[in-house]
Amino acid sequence: MNKSVREPLFHLVKRDGLVWWKSWIVRLVAVVLSLLVSGILIFALTGENPINVYITMFKAGFATRRRFWALLQNVAMLLCVALAVTPAFKMRFWNIGAEGQALVGGLATAFCMVYFGDKLPSGLLLLVIFLSSMLAGALWAVIPAIFKATYGTNETLFTLMMNYVAAQIVSYFTYVHSNPKGSGQMGVINKATQAGWLPKIEGNNYLLNILIVLVITVFVYVYLSKTKHGYEISVVGQSENTARYIGIDVSKVIIRTLLISGALCGICGFLLVSGTDHTLTRDTIAGRGFTAIIVSWMAKFNPIYMVVVSFLICFLQKGAVDIASTYGFNDALAEIITGIIIFFIIGSEFFIGYKIRLTHHTKGGKN
Amino acid sequence: MKKKVIALVIAGVMALSMAACGGASSSAPAAEEKTEEAAAETEAAEETEAAASDITIGFITLHDENSTYDKNFIDAAIAACEAKGVNYEIKSNIPEDNTCYETAADMADKGYQLVFADSFGHEDFMIQAAEEFPEVEFCHATGTKAHTAGLANFHNAFATIYEGRYLAGVAAGLKLNEMIAAGTITEDQAVMGYVGAYTYAEVISGYTSFYLGAKSVCPSVTMKVKFTGSWYDESLEKEAANTLINQGCVLLSQHADSFGAPTACETAGVPDVSYNGSTVSVAPNTYIVSSRINWQPYFEYLIDCVMNGQAIDTDWTGTIATGSVELLELNDAVAAEGTAAKIEEVKAGLEDGSIKVFDTTTFTVDGAAVDSYMADIDSDEAYTPDTEVIADGAFQESVYRSAPAFDLQIDGIELLDTAF
Repeated sequence: MNKSVREPLFHLVKRDGLVWWKSWIVRLVAVVLSLLVSGILIFALTGENPINVYITMFKAGFATRRRFWALLQNVAMLLCVALAVTPAFKMRFWNIGAEGQALVGGLATAFCMVYFGDKLPSGLLLLVIFLSSMLAGALWAVIPAIFKATYGTNETLFTLMMNYVAAQIVSYFTYVHSNPKGSGQMGVINKATQAGWLPKIEGNNYLLNILIVLVITVFVYVYLSKTKHGYEISVVGQSENTARYIGIDVSKVIIRTLLISGALCGICGFLLVSGTDHTLTRDTIAGRGFTAIIVSWMAKFNPIYMVVVSFLICFLQKGAVDIASTYGFNDALAEIITGIIIFFIIGSEFFIGYKIRLTHHTKGGKN
Repeated sequence: MKKKVIALVIAGVMALSMAACGGASSSAPAAEEKTEEAAAETEAAEETEAAASDITIGFITLHDENSTYDKNFIDAAIAACEAKGVNYEIKSNIPEDNTCYETAADMADKGYQLVFADSFGHEDFMIQAAEEFPEVEFCHATGTKAHTAGLANFHNAFATIYEGRYLAGVAAGLKLNEMIAAGTITEDQAVMGYVGAYTYAEVISGYTSFYLGAKSVCPSVTMKVKFTGSWYDESLEKEAANTLINQGCVLLSQHADSFGAPTACETAGVPDVSYNGSTVSVAPNTYIVSSRINWQPYFEYLIDCVMNGQAIDTDWTGTIATGSVELLELNDAVAAEGTAAKIEEVKAGLEDGSIKVFDTTTFTVDGAAVDSYMADIDSDEAYTPDTEVIADGAFQESVYRSAPAFDLQIDGIELLDTAF
């Protein structure tokens, strides 16, 4: 038997690290390729000129001031949850319960709006709402963290299940407070008094939301990269044993990080209920708790990249939905297009990390 | 060398895509200007009546056509717009939150004359858009707030679907009679099951009229109702249907939007009266009949109003006479003999007023007849009763507002759980 004949055609080599601009070119190529592939798909399905379709996509986010602000608002909300899950992920704590943590933040907000709406002055009311939404989110995240730190339970399942518990409690709450009776819908809370509503700035509905998320972005960036806490998080993430060896209290770091992570999720719930919808349903978070995980990973846990990735994802989603409705398709097409684009972008990270080397003259070529 | 080639290719692609974008974006506004000019010209030509091709109606739906509820609206919207020759846009999967406002406002920005939303929870966000765009009409199905909102451009609509449910109930009662006559069940075993979404007036009105329809032909009938706490949850609806079947219900109906209950009935071989659309495709051996609201007459009415510049009713209620309430596809393989004829007879009675669905002589509450009831028509957070709804020997459903208000719990109907 001649062993050397059946060599693979190519093999993968890890890159030592690519110059920043080269890695961005790879990403750009990925985006262009993904647009080409989805263009072919759209052409095959509709016979439309793909360029027109991309114009539709672009217009969905940018054609009017209203659309642009709505896009920014969506970016801010997704970014907020992505920032919230990042400290936990960096620590290799697989928190997939951001949906529930944000939802209980929204629940706490709605609760305060209903019960204290006519009892507290507006400034104090907003402060109470803000703090209680953070507290609620932190509580929802710290329960699995305590179990993980104390008993070594599986945090993935635990945090996931907490989502359903949160959704059921919210269903119950909205049913009890439904208007008209029994409808299961709360409607807009405090419509007449606007008590507990986040104020508009210069008549703009979303500016304050966006500014708050910007502050959070800076906070998370500084917290992760410039503080001792941030350092401890990355050490625990790299190796728990190393962390113990150098005297880090791993349980304490896990619990502390999840308190922060949950509190930030809670703020997202607050921004959605008090600053955006002014109502609460079990779908208020609208899956952002899961999309945020993609954002956090694609941005490699870097808050600044997360701004870019959140923007890209929201823009794609909005555009894809418009393509689907303009050309008479089901929303499933929008999801397919978004999926293709994200697939290419994630794929590009592979080519940034590794290179393909064709196998040639391989006699004894193993090293 | 290779890298240089790649770089050149990339640069080429980028340049091309930029050129493409540039060219297209400069031509798009020109096209818009042209249509604006055209619109201005036609406006000048015929000032009173707008041409159909200038009109665009926006439709907002909660889910897409995979939900029987939304499919019913989408089909009607397309049919009405195509019949009248107006343009339309349908945006599906719009949740009951700020997204609804953004979508409605965006449609108003685009110059649409009328925006319609199909789900109950859209109402507040439609009102928000209506306040901002007084020149655009906003219409909303199943809502309750138009008559108190004080906005000239916000309108509710519903239909007397309780009449359709009553007719479907007659078909159910006849089926029960057939089962009793065949000896399959005794008179006391004539128990129907009903899968409902919430303990909300719309659902209560629906199951009560269905029950009264059955009772009008099968006096011994009783009914059990189980709630799911969701308008659309296939597994919960299936589970609820199975619970009811296990508790001895021999015929089922539902007010929830999935195929859950009809599928469970088909598996168990229990006859089923459906809602919103025929489910004969999934339940050929158990489906009897379905009632539904046909929204096409309402949409055509709206389009006519916009074209002729007429005011739209604040609360529009469709009836059997307007073609808004229908029975669909009676399945002769399952329905009792003579059902079609009986339904026609009762339908005529409903139309000429000789039969009233909520006739107070046909039901009791806690053993006593109802001669006075204050309902919460102007819904508020405290559910304050504000309007006397018993008049002329019947509960005046859909009279003071288009959305149903009947929320009495009558004798003969047992609620299995009222958590929702």
